[in-house]
Amino acid sequence: MTRLKGNLQLILGNFELNSGEFELPLEGVTVLFGRSGSGKSTLLRAISGLDKKTTGQLTFGNVIWQDGSKAVPTQKRNIGFVFQDAALFPHMTVKQNLMYSVKRLPKSVSPADFDEIVTRVGIADKLERGVNFLSGGEKQRVAIARALLTRPDLLCMDEPLSALDWRSKAQMLTLIEDIVSAYQIPVLYITHAPAEVERLATNIVFMAKGQIERVESLQKALSRVDSPLFDDEGAVSVLQGKPMPIEQGLRPVQMGNNTLWLSDLGDLNKSMVRVRVLARDVSLALSDPEQLSIINHLPAEVIELLPQENHRVLVRLELQDGQKLFAEITEHSASRLGIVEGLTLFALIKSVVLAE
Amino acid sequence: MIEIFGVEVSLQPIWLTLEVAAWTTAILLLVGTPLAWWMARMQHSSKIVLEALVALPLVLPPTVLGFYLLIILNPNGHVTEFLRFFGFEGQLTFTKEGLIVGSVFYSLPFAVQPLMHAFEAVPQKLLDAAATMRANVIDRFFTIVIPLSQRGFLVAATLTFAHTVGEFGVVLMLGGNIPGETRMVSIDIFDHVESLEYDQAHVLSAIMLIFSLVVLMLVYGINRRFGVKIG
Repeated sequence: MTRLKGNLQLILGNFELNSGEFELPLEGVTVLFGRSGSGKSTLLRAISGLDKKTTGQLTFGNVIWQDGSKAVPTQKRNIGFVFQDAALFPHMTVKQNLMYSVKRLPKSVSPADFDEIVTRVGIADKLERGVNFLSGGEKQRVAIARALLTRPDLLCMDEPLSALDWRSKAQMLTLIEDIVSAYQIPVLYITHAPAEVERLATNIVFMAKGQIERVESLQKALSRVDSPLFDDEGAVSVLQGKPMPIEQGLRPVQMGNNTLWLSDLGDLNKSMVRVRVLARDVSLALSDPEQLSIINHLPAEVIELLPQENHRVLVRLELQDGQKLFAEITEHSASRLGIVEGLTLFALIKSVVLAE
Repeated sequence: MIEIFGVEVSLQPIWLTLEVAAWTTAILLLVGTPLAWWMARMQHSSKIVLEALVALPLVLPPTVLGFYLLIILNPNGHVTEFLRFFGFEGQLTFTKEGLIVGSVFYSLPFAVQPLMHAFEAVPQKLLDAAATMRANVIDRFFTIVIPLSQRGFLVAATLTFAHTVGEFGVVLMLGGNIPGETRMVSIDIFDHVESLEYDQAHVLSAIMLIFSLVVLMLVYGINRRFGVKIG
């Protein structure tokens, strides 16, 4: 696994990026997360060498990219970049945009399979179009194909979904997941949407005020009660499972010996899916209730009780396959049921959705 | 001398004017492009100084510019000495070469300003994107900046050419009024009017009027047909 190590500084007008020492294990998708103005984009531009005023240290694997004010120029870093608004060349057709990448590959790098990429990305029938005649989603697909054709060692994506409607967003997320698993290219991905993080992230870089606050895995980040990933919906858990064929109008998702039933019947030809569960949608019962409309009952063990505001308690549970789940109940219920650490009980999940 | 509408006129000043304008346009596109690019990318506050210097010929009376150029370019001056060192044998005052040099200075803003604005309008994102596809600075300039600045080049070339055709003051100061050598059409028309030869002035003026109109219409036509839309 390649590591990206460094400490970067960049001053742009009133904004100051001072990342602090960082070391990112580049596996799967590494999300740069933070509010707007936290310096995510600036850090990504500094990492990709797009800003000449960057100073500090940066190494990608064994290759030094930045040493003081000396920097390897972007065109020699072997990176692919997908910009927020696609940044396609307006005076070229789709194909010319793609060939711009291909033509500039160094001789030492073997070209990617052009047909395979344009088919996977879904633009095979649009190659002769002018880029001004594409929809937002199509533009972003071309941008992704163009970046993949540079045969990058690292793919940078700066809020690639922010300009899209929800339907294109969902499709693009599926595509990005597909690309990450098909080509095994490490991805640096900027977003401020927790749902995108929960769907894609392996590791998360939390940023605030131009600094990296911490780098941690998705599981670790979601286990913190005060995680910045939780917005006004409260605590969230992400469970992983294996999707199975549809039964009785529901989609079973296998997690160890237990099954979670989803009403989402979308096309799932993936080996693993992530589902998102809000803590306030999880209730607890001491015995397995059978006559109940809630279909998802999972045996679990109480690990921790975390008192919250407004007389509520966040209960951290461990499922039988080791995955963690938050339940949010009232203090009253907690004491009535006698919930203590180590107790085994049943988690009743009122609603589950695929992470997206 | 040829006869047009029964009036004897010499077309020589017209040919000279077109020749000087063509050279000036060519030189300014060549020199003005890197200068405009440099200025468009400049973020330092010294850009103001440079912008003011380039715009100077717009506000300066042409005679002032012509006067200074006459002083600087005089046959015994440093500039001419410097050029002699490289084997230059002529002189830069009262010659066609001098007219071209003068015109280059005089028409500088008309080439640089449209180019600079065109370059400034090329989104930085596109250049960044090209860099991530391994295009170096020069590659990016030729494949992204120039194609997206076509309109700017067209405007710069047209304005430079037209402005050079119409100049009077600088040409008179620097070139004098040597018939067949440095007498350009604007001065020729002035001479005819001075000597009350209105017929000749009419013919030359009409030729210039029609020529200018046709050139401009041609340019706007091309612009409309092949204009690149950005966005």
